[in-house]
Amino acid sequence: MATASHTHDTHGHGDHGHHDHTPGFVARWFFSTNHKDIGILYLIFAVAAAFVGIGLSLLMRIELQSPGMQIFASGQAWNVAVTAHGVVMVFYVVMPALIGGFGNYFLPIMIGAPDMAFPRLNNISFWLLVPALLLTVGSLFVGGAGTGWTLYPPLSNSTYQAGMGPDMALFGLHLAGASSILGAANFITTVFNMRAPGMTLHKMPLFVWSMLVTAFLLLLSVPVLGGAITMLITDRNFGTAFFDPAGGGDPVLFQHLFWFFGHPEVYIMILPAFGIISHVLSTFSRKPIFGYLGMAYAMVAIGVVGFVVWAHHMFTSGISVDTRAYFMAATMVIAVPTGIKIFSWIATMWGGSISFKTPMLFAIGFIFLFTMGGVTGVKLANAGVDTILHNTYYVIAHFHYVLSLGAVFGIYAGFYYWIGKMSGKQYPEKWGQIHFWLTFIGVNLTFFPMHFLGAQGMPRRYPDYPDAFAGWNLIASLGSYISVASFLVFIYVCWRTFTSKEVAAANPWGEGATTLEWQVSSPPPFHTFDELPRIR
Amino acid sequence: MTPDLARRNRRVALGAAAIVGGMLGLSFAAVPLYTLFCAVTGYGGTPVINSAAAPGAADGRSITVRFNATTHPGLPWQFQPGQTAMRVRAGEEGIAFYTARSQAAGPSTGISTYNVTPEVAGPYFHKVHCFCFDEQTLQGGQQVEMPISFWVDPKIAEDPNTRDIGTITLSYTFFRTLADAERAGALAKAGPHAGKWSEADPARPTLTR
Repeated sequence: MATASHTHDTHGHGDHGHHDHTPGFVARWFFSTNHKDIGILYLIFAVAAAFVGIGLSLLMRIELQSPGMQIFASGQAWNVAVTAHGVVMVFYVVMPALIGGFGNYFLPIMIGAPDMAFPRLNNISFWLLVPALLLTVGSLFVGGAGTGWTLYPPLSNSTYQAGMGPDMALFGLHLAGASSILGAANFITTVFNMRAPGMTLHKMPLFVWSMLVTAFLLLLSVPVLGGAITMLITDRNFGTAFFDPAGGGDPVLFQHLFWFFGHPEVYIMILPAFGIISHVLSTFSRKPIFGYLGMAYAMVAIGVVGFVVWAHHMFTSGISVDTRAYFMAATMVIAVPTGIKIFSWIATMWGGSISFKTPMLFAIGFIFLFTMGGVTGVKLANAGVDTILHNTYYVIAHFHYVLSLGAVFGIYAGFYYWIGKMSGKQYPEKWGQIHFWLTFIGVNLTFFPMHFLGAQGMPRRYPDYPDAFAGWNLIASLGSYISVASFLVFIYVCWRTFTSKEVAAANPWGEGATTLEWQVSSPPPFHTFDELPRIR
Repeated sequence: MTPDLARRNRRVALGAAAIVGGMLGLSFAAVPLYTLFCAVTGYGGTPVINSAAAPGAADGRSITVRFNATTHPGLPWQFQPGQTAMRVRAGEEGIAFYTARSQAAGPSTGISTYNVTPEVAGPYFHKVHCFCFDEQTLQGGQQVEMPISFWVDPKIAEDPNTRDIGTITLSYTFFRTLADAERAGALAKAGPHAGKWSEADPARPTLTR
């Protein structure tokens, strides 16, 4: 990673504020064109959406706590909750936090840019998300969409999902997709054109690399989702038959289109977390990241290969043996660049002078949990094994270990790493550590038993199960209550942080923190750089 | 922002817009391309249709062809094969019949989808004439015999992936055509299809909302 320094004195930038005129409240937060303010809006949005997503998961775990129907009226109502949980978490929590939030706030600072390339486009990107979330949540009140986040027809056809709930959810996805595409174009332009003098591509911090790869994945994959759900909407409402065999369509085509988007989407959610983890590990080990170029190009490789493995989600959809063999092999290839990253992170810590601050705990927790999810991923990649495990709780355990735990631990690591920088106030270390341990215990207790349930054959998307699965389901539910409690601790940490009197230093982490954001004040002035920094 | 930077930014943004437009176009182009891909490669057990007449039996190898029929609940037909299986020699044209009887009061129109299993046999299974190529309309209570003529390419014995195949299952699923369903208003009267719904269930799909 590049070490950077200013040619000019940045101290006291925010204090006397020459040129640093902050606009009024409405202009600043509603018509905002400032990347830092928009980043904060995204983070607030993600926390608000997390209340919805976590609330739904809590309802689901209450239902599954014991056999029999507890609180849900029917299987359809259950599927509606499952779908809304998935859509909210993917599109309105993880993506806004990692990409819109940390990406907007830190990417321009890290490359020494005064702002994003298209500040107004940035504003549109954020405000498209608000109606998108309202549509998704609103759909819950008009019958909802019981389709699963994968939206497969024929289940998502108007015959089986009538009413306007699914249409609202689909239109919400359209808006969220448009927001992502505009944001991605903005990030790419910013990285290509707005880097400070001397900030070559090979000196860019790894978080910027991760955002660049993510932006390209978004640009290439989200339009395909847009096309697929547009066809689904016209199938539902306007009598077309893109996916309806009665009119010559093919429902399996939807699966191909969805997963051509859906597989890159999972890397879209995890790559920015990769970037954050690299920074945190390097900072708290007081060592530069091990194998910087390998780390950067491993992410590029994950992005590229991520586009040619989509049908491993469809091993049981009736694809031929040769096709399965190819998609199985290609999927396992992804373990290679991912392994490069895991081992490089471990090598970064090796021999370092490690301080176990909260961000570092979350980063190490990330490595542990992500590796676990990665190993079950390699197992599921085997077409033969997947025939058994497809649509069981084993898959639920797998993708929650990489996303719910991997990406969310990345978000928390980023939060604790940067909250001092963003708010100017340092978080309470003791409560941060309590939050970490509570989350770590809670999520493992929730999701680890699901491996057992899946291996025993418990199918997903049912609100009820035979008595044989009762034991581990009870433990998973207890774990989820601990996880929800840990989220409340997180909210308490936020409150303690913002009401804290402790002012954060420009660089509270010491010599390990080398990227540009640690060389400006905390919080950075409204206009970060009066004069572009020069990178040595 | 200098005019030069603004110009470069515009150029990158236009490039990004082109990528988005291209991918969106590709997602729609996937619809005909997917059908074309299956027809050309025999993927998913897609047989070769409208093909030339059978070349005639070359050797003594014979293959069992089994017949399968499925009807979508939306189409009020009884549809079944006239024979469960028959043996044909490779290269020789076979003729089989399906029977369809309408249980509706008035006319109804259906169209079928089809494939063969094992899927790898698709490129070697030729259909010369088939009821499945066109929509079929039955008057109320009418019963018809639907013929198909087909032949199995002798090359099936040369391909290492298919030479062990002794039985090919030909499958049809009849659907009510969308236009016919709309005419009959069948969709509006279809009622809930899946699962058990209680009247009090707020999530119960109502088709006539």
